Amino acid sequence: MSAQLAAYTTSTGEAFQFWVLGTVAVIGALCTVFMRKAVHSALSLAGTMIVLAVFYLANGAYFLGVVQIVVYTGAIMMLFLFVVMLVGVTAADSLKETIRGQRLLALLCGVGFGVLLLAGIANASLKDFAGTGQANANGNVEGLAALIFTKYVFAFEITGALLITAAVGAMVLTHRERTERARTQRELAEQRVREGKHVPPLPAPGVYARHNAVDIAGLLPDGTPSELTVSRTLRERGQIRDVSTQAINDLRALEQRSEDRLERTPIEPETFKRPEEASK
Amino acid sequence: MNPVNYLYLAALLFTIGATGVLIRRNAIVVFMCVELMLNACNLAFVTFSRLHGNLDGQVIAFFTMVVAAAEVVVGLAIIVSLFRTRHSASVDDASLMKL
Repeated sequence: MSAQLAAYTTSTGEAFQFWVLGTVAVIGALCTVFMRKAVHSALSLAGTMIVLAVFYLANGAYFLGVVQIVVYTGAIMMLFLFVVMLVGVTAADSLKETIRGQRLLALLCGVGFGVLLLAGIANASLKDFAGTGQANANGNVEGLAALIFTKYVFAFEITGALLITAAVGAMVLTHRERTERARTQRELAEQRVREGKHVPPLPAPGVYARHNAVDIAGLLPDGTPSELTVSRTLRERGQIRDVSTQAINDLRALEQRSEDRLERTPIEPETFKRPEEASK
Repeated sequence: MNPVNYLYLAALLFTIGATGVLIRRNAIVVFMCVELMLNACNLAFVTFSRLHGNLDGQVIAFFTMVVAAAEVVVGLAIIVSLFRTRHSASVDDASLMKL
């Protein structure tokens, strides 16, 4: 292994692994950018991160490979998925451009940046790879520990302060202190009566004898759906199903079927052509 | 295969991430693209560690991961509180200084 890691070229196995998994990583990155829904982006990114973990292992960074899977795909991506669920899974990104030509210019900038970066690497003289075999001789984790606790010990201490600050910051940002006393049920009832609107409880969702799902708005006597019947969370996410037109559609389908059964030819507009079309 | 190819891959992933930050407007996806860029940097660090034959690059990559974890915690907290006040995760809607 150390001989291979030190060599100028890698083994055939590693080359094969690189080309196969590298393709997967690039496809995952592209899917992260171009998928419309945030959940799909998160899953693609998790795939790319797992591939990167394999690359760390192949490069002799055994500790980092495991940490990548545990911390990144295990913790960070799950945190992302939690937030996606909080914010709303179905909230797809609108694809309308708000600044004209922004997307084209961004793509152009990206391509230019990539070309510069790749050309810079191509021009650098990176001939001899020393390989990590020598450095990993006493074990990768032991070597890293020796470096972290001697040369980088100050940075390591600062890292502890950073983590504590981040944890406290996240708590401060998301925690909402209740500044006033919670109103009791009696006070709420009195307020409802005083305001004079919706004195009884809100109407229940669903259309009786047809649907009773919570995301289906109940129909008013004139057949229009009432948004009041659906819970506020679903209303704000725009996840209301409208079934008010279903009865008419059912009737139309029934009429169509009966016409097919009776083999009645529908009155086509062919017989009622306009005079100028019939003359052609 | 020359191990330099790992550097090319890292550059490619970084470019894709940077383009995503410019193109997307959903704050969560923008954040994921930033994570992609950080990961690409880590791959470059690990490859440089192999190039030089010492573990300094891996230590730096380790610190990058720690900073990324802290950044994710604070960033997602900001996104959640933005969503609470604006009911949208689009970066276009967060155009005012005062919430």
